[in-house]
Amino acid sequence: MATDHGGADALLAPWKRALWYLVLTSLSILVLFPVYMTLVRALSTPAAYVREGQPLYPVAVQSDVFARAFDLGNLGPKLLISAVVTIVIVAAQLATALLAAYAFAFLDFFAKRVVFAVFMATLMLPIEVTLIPNVQTIRSLGWIDSYPGLVAPFLATAFGTFLIRQGFLGIPRDLRDAAQLDGFGHLAFLRRVAIPVTRPIIASFAVISFLSAWNQYTWPRAVVTESRWETIQIGLKSLTSSTVDQNNIGFAAAIIAAIPVLLLLIFLQRQLIRGLTAGAVKG
Amino acid sequence: MTTLGSRRRLRESALAALFLLPSLAIFVSFFFYPLYRLVYLGLHQQNRTGSAERYVGWSRFGDVLTGEQFTQGLKISSTYVLYTVPLGLALGILLAVAAHRRLRGIKIFQTIFASTIASSVAVASVVFLVLINPQVGYFSNVGFFSLSNPDTALRGVALSSVWQNLGLTFVIVLAGLQTVPEELMEAATLDGFGPIRRFFRVTLPLISPTLLFLVVVLVIFALQAFAQVDILTSGGPAEATQTLVFKIFNSREPLAQSSGSIMAIGLFVVTLVVTAFQFVLLNRRVHYGD
Repeated sequence: MATDHGGADALLAPWKRALWYLVLTSLSILVLFPVYMTLVRALSTPAAYVREGQPLYPVAVQSDVFARAFDLGNLGPKLLISAVVTIVIVAAQLATALLAAYAFAFLDFFAKRVVFAVFMATLMLPIEVTLIPNVQTIRSLGWIDSYPGLVAPFLATAFGTFLIRQGFLGIPRDLRDAAQLDGFGHLAFLRRVAIPVTRPIIASFAVISFLSAWNQYTWPRAVVTESRWETIQIGLKSLTSSTVDQNNIGFAAAIIAAIPVLLLLIFLQRQLIRGLTAGAVKG
Repeated sequence: MTTLGSRRRLRESALAALFLLPSLAIFVSFFFYPLYRLVYLGLHQQNRTGSAERYVGWSRFGDVLTGEQFTQGLKISSTYVLYTVPLGLALGILLAVAAHRRLRGIKIFQTIFASTIASSVAVASVVFLVLINPQVGYFSNVGFFSLSNPDTALRGVALSSVWQNLGLTFVIVLAGLQTVPEELMEAATLDGFGPIRRFFRVTLPLISPTLLFLVVVLVIFALQAFAQVDILTSGGPAEATQTLVFKIFNSREPLAQSSGSIMAIGLFVVTLVVTAFQFVLLNRRVHYGD
């Protein structure tokens, strides 16, 4: 009997199988069409492409467009700034979240529930809400157009703390007792037991942290005033709003900006998907 | 015994303080202090350079929250939610149902469907600039989502969000579908349920918590929409795409800070209601699962 939900391949009638491939292929074309068109536009010479009536294939191909994007669009420095900002945010979030998660999972301290509630309350304060006063703070610290200004509000994370705490709480009591008998202090237990045991969760969180740091837009847009401090994401605006006869450079830049996360999707798919679905699906 | 226990607690409290301090320092500086500042800025009108301020009082809150700027922004943001969430969710479910089956090569299709995760809001906006930009877009002559018409521009912007969120929506719905026990589907089939009845009577109810979670996430994304507007329309035409966050973003200079801060508090309250709803749902599910 053929079911359409996870029914075994071999049991599906050939015409049904063909039909599903047709559906899946059509949907794939729908999802990928925007990306394909961006690639076509990036490779085409803008004026010639418009003259040709905007076809589905590239016109007067500029195979060096990606190299020119680095030159004319100054992509190198923008990618560097994005990379530094992302690495600093991921490293800092891992450090602060691991320590805080450890305290919540394994230490007995005063007002624990209150402090935990304070952490969770930050989930309700997105940067869009606190934007105006935070930009003021950054300005008064003299951090406009600087690395500290770009990263400061994101060095700690309630989401990461919560996720890693959940992982820590799953560590069996026996393992803790055994470590204590071996004379492990808190730091040794964290480093040699807790972190290795919860590595999958920590890795998932690191991937999500990377994704959101790399993709940020609103905050860098608010604390950057000079183009040499632009991250790649906010650089896309200025690159695409430049003259129409150069706009393929902006389209090429958008493709380049997506590559790091695309690599993440290809090589760390399991971690990425586990991180994205954390909270959405039990188990 | 009690003194030993409390001494241990004291020692662990000191260690906990050390461990929590880095996070708390950030949270106080960039989450809670700004919340206080929002109220303060809302109560005070700055001069042009921000060098002097004057107390204007709570009546300013009422003025701003019932004023043209805020209500327009809220209306546009709510419309944006309506344009992006139902369509995005429906497409995500369609992709997930199509890709949730045992077929050779299904992993390739699943990766393609998930692929828009790689696109940031900014990248998705540029991609849709290619498609719907009024001057050079591939679909620039389609009136239904034309960016140059104030009545339709928001639809064009919304399309970019729908596409950008497809990957995430697909991945989460698929994960939900994978938790539905196969025996249940087989039993439903034996009971004479066809595929459509199985989907609406068995699958959909079982994954409804996942879908509710997604709705909340997508609503919050839509309420925070800024990059898409900034890149695709710069708020135009005729301010038709100025979402709440767009208006707040452009209230950073001293003269506008007071009303911008009050609008931000308005956004906070809206977000709070949505997030609180999410917490209630999540808690119920966690207890249910235990």
